[in-house]
Amino acid sequence: MIEIKLPVSEEDIRKLKVGDEVAISGVMITARDAAHKYMVEQEAGEVKDIIKDGMLYHCGPIVKKDDQGWHFVAAGPTTSKSEEPYEAAVTARYKLRGVIGKGGMGEQTLAACREHGAVYLHAIGGLAVILARSVKRVPAVHKLEEFGVPEAMWVIEVESFPAVVTMDSHGNSLHKEVLQKSTEKAKAISETL
Amino acid sequence: MNPEELKEHLLELIRLAACDLAPDVERALTQARDHEEGRARSTLDWMLKNAAEARESSTPICQDTGSLIFYVDHGRDIRPGIFMQAAREAAARATELSYLRPNAVDPITGKNSGNNVGRGSPYFHFNEVDDGKSLKVRLMLKGGGSENCGVQYTLPDASIKAGRDLSGVKRCILDAALRAQGFGCAPGVLGVGIGGDRMTSYMESKEQFFRKLDDHNPDSMLAELEDEMLKKVCELEIGPMGFGGRTTLLGVKVGIRHRLPACYFVSVSYTCWAYRRRSLEIVNGQAGYA
Repeated sequence: MIEIKLPVSEEDIRKLKVGDEVAISGVMITARDAAHKYMVEQEAGEVKDIIKDGMLYHCGPIVKKDDQGWHFVAAGPTTSKSEEPYEAAVTARYKLRGVIGKGGMGEQTLAACREHGAVYLHAIGGLAVILARSVKRVPAVHKLEEFGVPEAMWVIEVESFPAVVTMDSHGNSLHKEVLQKSTEKAKAISETL
Repeated sequence: MNPEELKEHLLELIRLAACDLAPDVERALTQARDHEEGRARSTLDWMLKNAAEARESSTPICQDTGSLIFYVDHGRDIRPGIFMQAAREAAARATELSYLRPNAVDPITGKNSGNNVGRGSPYFHFNEVDDGKSLKVRLMLKGGGSENCGVQYTLPDASIKAGRDLSGVKRCILDAALRAQGFGCAPGVLGVGIGGDRMTSYMESKEQFFRKLDDHNPDSMLAELEDEMLKKVCELEIGPMGFGGRTTLLGVKVGIRHRLPACYFVSVSYTCWAYRRRSLEIVNGQAGYA
């Protein structure tokens, strides 16, 4: 398990390879469709210092509020491919070092990871309780009213958040590899059906 | 049964479905874990650990608590209108208690209703049965990520060389699994509906998810088809979460409906490994959950 502390340098991120298991600690934000659209169309001043040399988490959590503030109850990753039209631009503009999600992303994001020194980290889908427990604090939330709970930008402090590098900054993608191999096998099986 | 009491039972049903993975699903995941190695094994291990912690702390297994789909078999004395009202109130209360994420979004304005109640949400399917007072409620929480992996084929489909026959159907199932990769949170289950019209074909595919994973299709042809396609799809080695490995699916379940001479639909629905469905039966005022 490789420990990653946020913010993280480009040099450290470039050392990561597809298949590496990591444990992430530090402050990041959640972002899905509405947040990505916002970050591309406007200057997201409220989060830009957090995500510079930092990470985004594709997640729409279940939260709870009490006297102490917000808490994450269940918070696994959501499907990342809906952010493919935005992620390369967000990575370049805000100097991201990584995005965490599930299902992997496409060629544009892979190219952006290579060019700017970033990685795609895969969290296990449905691991909502364990991942929520790695969220130690929720210091702030942005756009809650406008975007709703799942789409808001939640600022979270995580400790030993587990993930696997499935797209690295050297042009490798586990998703591309599995897709290619399974497509070849499907072709062969299909002939026998 | 008074509506308040019914609401409490439905709230418990929602909590169970969201937080307590059904035993047949957990068994299938455990068996899969024991046959895997490397990252596939550790991924399944994490899933099992998460399911155990969710159960222990009454916390949703997955934050996407999906759409609420109620199938209700009821006697004459249970009125659908009263049931729906109780279920809507239970869903709203379950959202307040963080058993459910607010998951009903207006598609035009983008506004989240905040409590899982909205147009067509929850979804209800009523079936009146002969005896007077009994009530059986089946609830599925169908996640959205895996819902995006569903596909409906219109045969013949030249792109996958699928004709209007059993071989064509098999090609549809294989293609759907290939397209799904790990996106639906593999290892999931494929529900397949063959025949019907566009609506009932999809419905048939969804209704398969109420079956137990280890059941046996009473139609021997379909049972054979299920076994064969589960084996063949696993040979794609997409694996848990699409990381590679043998366990690409936990099951394939198939149902058929008579079709129109002009139409031949094959609908494939995908449900994730966090395969959440539970049932409630009330007989003579006594509630039992399964």
